[in-house]
Amino acid sequence: MAITEDRPLALPVGEPAPLTEPPLGVFRRPTTATGWRSWLTTVDHKRIGIMYGAAAIVFLIVGGVAGLFIRLQLAVPDGTVLSADMYNQVFTMHGTVMIFLVVMPIGAAFSNYLIPLQIGARDVAFPRLNAFSFWCFLGGGIFLNSSWFLGGAPDGGWFNYAPNSGVVFSPTNGIDFWNLGIIITGIASLVGAVNLITTVVNMRAPGMSLMKMPVFTWMALVTQFLLLFAVPVLTVAQVLLMMDRLYDANFFNVDAGADPLLWQHLFWIFGHPEVYLMILPAFGIVSEILPTFSRKPIFGYPFIVFSGVAIGFMGFGVWAHHMFATGMGPLSVAAFSLATMFIAVPTGVKILNWTATMWGGKLRFDTPMLFAIGLVTMFTIGGLSGVTHAIAPADTQQTDTYYIVAHFHYVLFGGAFFGFMGGFYFWWPKVFGHTLGERLGKWNFWTLLLGFNLTFGPMHILGLQGMSRRIYTYSDGYGFNLWNFVATIGAFIIAFSVLLFVINIIASHRRAKHEPPVGPDPWDARSLEWMLQSPTPAHNFDEVPTVTQLDEFWHRKYAEDDHGVVRRVATADEIAQPGDGTGVHLPSPSYWPLVTCIALPIIAWGLIFSLWLALIGGAVLVTGIYGWVMEPPDDLDGGGIGGHHHADDGPAERTEVPADADAPAVEQEVAPVG
Amino acid sequence: MAEVTIPAPVVTHDGHGHGTTTGVSNPKLGMWVFLGSECMLFGGLISTYLLYKDRIGDAGIAGRDVFDIPFTSVSSFVLLMSSLTMVLAVSAIGRGDHRRTRTWLLATAMLGGVFIAGQLYEFTAFYREGLGFTTSLFSSAFFTLTGFHGVHVTVGIVMLLSLYTLSLKGRLPTERAESVEIVGLYWHFVDIVWILIFTLVYLIP
Repeated sequence: MAITEDRPLALPVGEPAPLTEPPLGVFRRPTTATGWRSWLTTVDHKRIGIMYGAAAIVFLIVGGVAGLFIRLQLAVPDGTVLSADMYNQVFTMHGTVMIFLVVMPIGAAFSNYLIPLQIGARDVAFPRLNAFSFWCFLGGGIFLNSSWFLGGAPDGGWFNYAPNSGVVFSPTNGIDFWNLGIIITGIASLVGAVNLITTVVNMRAPGMSLMKMPVFTWMALVTQFLLLFAVPVLTVAQVLLMMDRLYDANFFNVDAGADPLLWQHLFWIFGHPEVYLMILPAFGIVSEILPTFSRKPIFGYPFIVFSGVAIGFMGFGVWAHHMFATGMGPLSVAAFSLATMFIAVPTGVKILNWTATMWGGKLRFDTPMLFAIGLVTMFTIGGLSGVTHAIAPADTQQTDTYYIVAHFHYVLFGGAFFGFMGGFYFWWPKVFGHTLGERLGKWNFWTLLLGFNLTFGPMHILGLQGMSRRIYTYSDGYGFNLWNFVATIGAFIIAFSVLLFVINIIASHRRAKHEPPVGPDPWDARSLEWMLQSPTPAHNFDEVPTVTQLDEFWHRKYAEDDHGVVRRVATADEIAQPGDGTGVHLPSPSYWPLVTCIALPIIAWGLIFSLWLALIGGAVLVTGIYGWVMEPPDDLDGGGIGGHHHADDGPAERTEVPADADAPAVEQEVAPVG
Repeated sequence: MAEVTIPAPVVTHDGHGHGTTTGVSNPKLGMWVFLGSECMLFGGLISTYLLYKDRIGDAGIAGRDVFDIPFTSVSSFVLLMSSLTMVLAVSAIGRGDHRRTRTWLLATAMLGGVFIAGQLYEFTAFYREGLGFTTSLFSSAFFTLTGFHGVHVTVGIVMLLSLYTLSLKGRLPTERAESVEIVGLYWHFVDIVWILIFTLVYLIP
């Protein structure tokens, strides 16, 4: 499969000439494959995926602590843990961090790691842009959280409704941090979307038609399209708000005649696809886990795929159901109400398919399977309460109450997060070469299920009783005491469960040193990534497989005998590639994505505090981009060939590459590139 | 294994997309996908402008009071002609005619520069007539929309000049003709957006 150059602005990079001097005289081309520097300069989609996941877990703890503070404040009436102002900041950051810095990046982590493996590619289409996406996300996340120490965090809710988020009502710089930080993570999402769409469309293994792609890859592809079209709308809204706040424009100045609904429309045109792009990767994950542990193919593959695509399309047509209470008129309300009911159909199709996949299967209840079933059940509850919102008269009663909070936690926590946890347990052996402990894993699942339902189940009742969201306290005698207290206990059980997960990661890592390697296929799984050794070799496939079936790997292991009975014909070890491929030329690591990304938070701080700082950031940005463009995407100086360029080699020719015994690592070796 | 035979990876340094699933090279496909996203960006800005175009506030300066349609028509014509020179540049490098490639790249960049100069002149003139960025909802929306487009044109000019410089240094050989084509895609897109903006903002009363 092709490893192609990547060019940020599609500028040419010239012939990969031998580089005797570092580009622009700043950095020598990084060559190390180990050590911390290799992580800073890596362009390997697997390492980038791991870094996405690790950073997201750190942010999960930040957002989780914020959530615990909310629950502590609300545990008893007239709570005094947080002031009203601090409470606003904490719930805003809880939502923002969990959505933009936890759920979306974990989706990106799985997409990055798995898409190239599942489609049989060596890397993504633009490896350096991939590194750029990650550093952008991390830079935006750090920038956003720096607001805690630089005058106060944003305090307008994760949706930051204007004009409430204007300077008049929110005079601190918090919302500027929110604007700029989320614009930066938006750049990360957008670049990642361009990259992964190109990868899936263009870099599939021979024989892998679209309808032979694993479901996870399909759902991740739909997710990237949602990002591609939704994120720019949020960016527009944020730029308008930024113009208002920093440069006195009038977009949300109601005194000057602004439309107070403009922000809501722009935000939710982004915001509703956003909720689907958070859940779809998790849908993809369980669609891989359930067939594996039910020992059956997925039921109705085309329906699963097309319902995912349908969710993607319809997700752009239901945004105003977030705005039923704004008085936008009966016609709009009726239209969006109907559209919202319709979008429940493809989701229901998926749930039916998952159930039917399990039906009659030989179920094994390992931890990934438990989490997958957790998603199916918990998401169904959240989906059903979601349909109740489609009924506009009911929604006007429920809107802005804890009933809504209960609903979206059931879909995003009970849905997306349970799916991600299942994915962690499922693919951990592929990524790190050892499984996570089953015993702790089961504890992890049951405590999470218990804590989750204790926390968010009671919120349905609180909401129907009339408890409002975003109110920092309540009085004794409203009847809210009991369920709030239960929810707080539940929140701490969730925290305990996340702690178990972290302990499990550490304990499993230690245990693995004394245990035999896990082998390529610990779960008897179905898709191409299990054909590789665990952990995945740096070059992925020794030889790109030719795909003839959906679930290609499974079909290589099992076949029907003369009597039509499915029997195992080969073990995974026999089929798995040995992982000793040589002559695979991988894209070279680079400093420039990191340098370019460092510029963005500097510019953002500069826009808030001092334009001089923004100028410095701008200079770094320009340097970064030009360093990047002038640097050849692939260097040939690693294998002693000294940059000799085999211009005559046709692209598909077979070339003899002697295996060099002295080469430190296979990926250091160089094949002629045409 | 002393000797192993591995198919040399298919690398599309020539940028013609051999070995990709669709036959379109990755950079070109990536640019198309990116332009899809840009549609939503300009869609959001244009919607905002249409919502606010009649909200002129106390200052009472509407678009028709300040727009100099003959002037903007000329600068729009200049920008459209730059698409022609862009096509000529792509065609020239496809034939391996590097001298003409450079000529047409430079011509495209200069026509883009004339358009940007016209926009700056126009902005200054509006400001003198009392229509600042913060004057009214209309003015904020107008300057943001056209300003965003201007920034896009400027980025395009920078890319064209970079291509020109690379070509001068001999680092833009015929095998890399697709780089010019990809920048061309971006350039045509920016032109098309301007046709939309010119019609919606200036021509429709």
